[in-house]
Amino acid sequence: MAWGHCTHKTPGGGSLTTTDSRPAHVGQDKPEASAPPDDAQLAAARKKAHRRKNSKNWSLFLLFAGPNILLILAFIYYPLAMNMYFSSLDWRLGAPRADPVGLANYQRFFTSPSGLEVWRVTGIFTAGAVLGSMILGLLIALVLNKKIPGRTFARTAVFSPYVLSGVGVALVWMFIFDPQRGALMFILDRIGIESPQWFLDPDANLLMVIIVYVWKNLGYCAVVFLAGLQSIPKDLLESATIDRAGPVRRFFSIVLPLLTPTVFFLLVTNIIFSMTNAFDILRVMTPTGNGTNTIIFEIYLQSFGQFNRAGYSAAIAVVLFFTLFIITAVQLRFVERKVHYQ
Amino acid sequence: MSTTVPPHPRADPAPAKSRSKRRSSPEWTKAFSPRNLADTMLTGYLPILIALIIIVLPLVWMVSSSFKPVNEIVTLTPQLLPQDPTAENYATVDRRIPLMTVLQNSVIVTSVGSIIKVLLAITTAYALVFIRVPGANLIFLGILVALMVPPEVSMLPNFMTIEALGGRNTLWGIILPGLGTAFGTFLLRQHFKSLPKELFEAAELDGAGHFRKLFQIAVPVSLPAISTVSLVTIVNEWNSFLWPLIITDSRDRMTLPVALNQLRSVEDQVSSYGILMAGAVLVIVPMLIIFAMLQRYIVSGLTQGAVK
Repeated sequence: MAWGHCTHKTPGGGSLTTTDSRPAHVGQDKPEASAPPDDAQLAAARKKAHRRKNSKNWSLFLLFAGPNILLILAFIYYPLAMNMYFSSLDWRLGAPRADPVGLANYQRFFTSPSGLEVWRVTGIFTAGAVLGSMILGLLIALVLNKKIPGRTFARTAVFSPYVLSGVGVALVWMFIFDPQRGALMFILDRIGIESPQWFLDPDANLLMVIIVYVWKNLGYCAVVFLAGLQSIPKDLLESATIDRAGPVRRFFSIVLPLLTPTVFFLLVTNIIFSMTNAFDILRVMTPTGNGTNTIIFEIYLQSFGQFNRAGYSAAIAVVLFFTLFIITAVQLRFVERKVHYQ
Repeated sequence: MSTTVPPHPRADPAPAKSRSKRRSSPEWTKAFSPRNLADTMLTGYLPILIALIIIVLPLVWMVSSSFKPVNEIVTLTPQLLPQDPTAENYATVDRRIPLMTVLQNSVIVTSVGSIIKVLLAITTAYALVFIRVPGANLIFLGILVALMVPPEVSMLPNFMTIEALGGRNTLWGIILPGLGTAFGTFLLRQHFKSLPKELFEAAELDGAGHFRKLFQIAVPVSLPAISTVSLVTIVNEWNSFLWPLIITDSRDRMTLPVALNQLRSVEDQVSSYGILMAGAVLVIVPMLIIFAMLQRYIVSGLTQGAVK
């Protein structure tokens, strides 16, 4: 027992024996019951002093952390709970009447053609955005890993789109993609390809927003991959070179296996980011969600966009939350432990 | 990341080292051989150059086009640089949206929001690490889960709360729901935990309370971490789009990204791209400047957790 430790913590030495009122009760059904009564008395006093110290700590804790906790409760947890309630209603935003419909909103999201379309679009967008930015990010990281002058500048430049406003980035790329006067149209024209109708065709719309998202996101992947590459011990690669392993062989037999923790980390964070961070690009480039209504965009479109179906929107929000929750839980459970080289 | 390194299965590291040492002097003279130079160009500079062009060119195109008159935007023979530079596009942006008001709104929302968020993050992280209460870990877990909830999920109920409080089309209505900070708390908690205990023990002997320990010890020694949190918060507040879009519909209360979204729906002709590029410059360039100056802090904050 840390008994010396406890007395040390007690504020006033006198309180140890004087403030004790119910000595017998505490020690009775505990192992210490066999100890002399004086000890039991002390234990109770300790407990009480501890409690007083606790309540002093609690008020300090609440003074320091309370405002933030309150804000998080009010604007993150309360909405989460309210969404679960709203999701059981057939209800239009601003309407005085709402009819309880049980799980019908969920059923609709998982079975109706429009709901399944959202899943399809989300799947394609996520796969394209994640694979695109990870593959390109890895290629850039491999290049930046060489000791050549100017690579610090290159690293900064490649990362920079990640911190820029999605609205601004979307405007810039709209001009580039414009089928009539866009820079891409001129480039494709030079090669002899006719520019797709980027703003009209739903599939082209989806491809376009994936490209823009990858452009904005690949620097993040490159920088994280670069950190992973730099943690690979040099002598390992040197000895492989001496064993006449070529660059391709070195990459697949040494670099990639050693990089698996980074790959999995990026895979999970990128899946989560691509499902939650793309709203500004989607909203500005394709305001009606024509072919680009991913799950986050659909939540917005259903409640504040053209549809005004608040209950249905809340149900989708709940589904998104649990999807993210499961992805994160899987990451914590498996990625942190199981993926290690050796 | 992992700490132990498995030895290479085949090569014994010691002879490998001596062998590479022996080779080092001829390698130095070979460094400028034509073959090596070509190799560096092809595998080093060329890919970097391509990457830089893809990343930088759209931004150069944006700045350059924002100074082009209409006839250079709709031309069939576009030039990289404006032949007849003009600031007319910026003047048009100012006519379509109340530019000064909108910029002011963005600056106020970003600065007030960031200052409060960073302060809350500092005090919360301090409480979680240094004030012992039962259940503190549970509270931390609650904050971690909050980190996962994207704004789209809480948007609808928050809209109703703020509307009921009379916060539509107000700056406080834009700022308030985002103030609870999970990211900064998480980052600073990790940092505070890494501070050596001895730092605080001396102050405790002098009878320093928590306030003094926080502001005279924890904050001064944590300035780099706090800068990181501040900069990431500033970037996020400035770029924030979804919530201000929902909670404002009066043009005098919009932040810059929301106003630009409106500008885009008004200016939907091919000839309007110069105007839209001017708008994009206004929202992009301030963050580009901040990033260029302080990128070290921002990159480490945004990639935190990747490399432990």
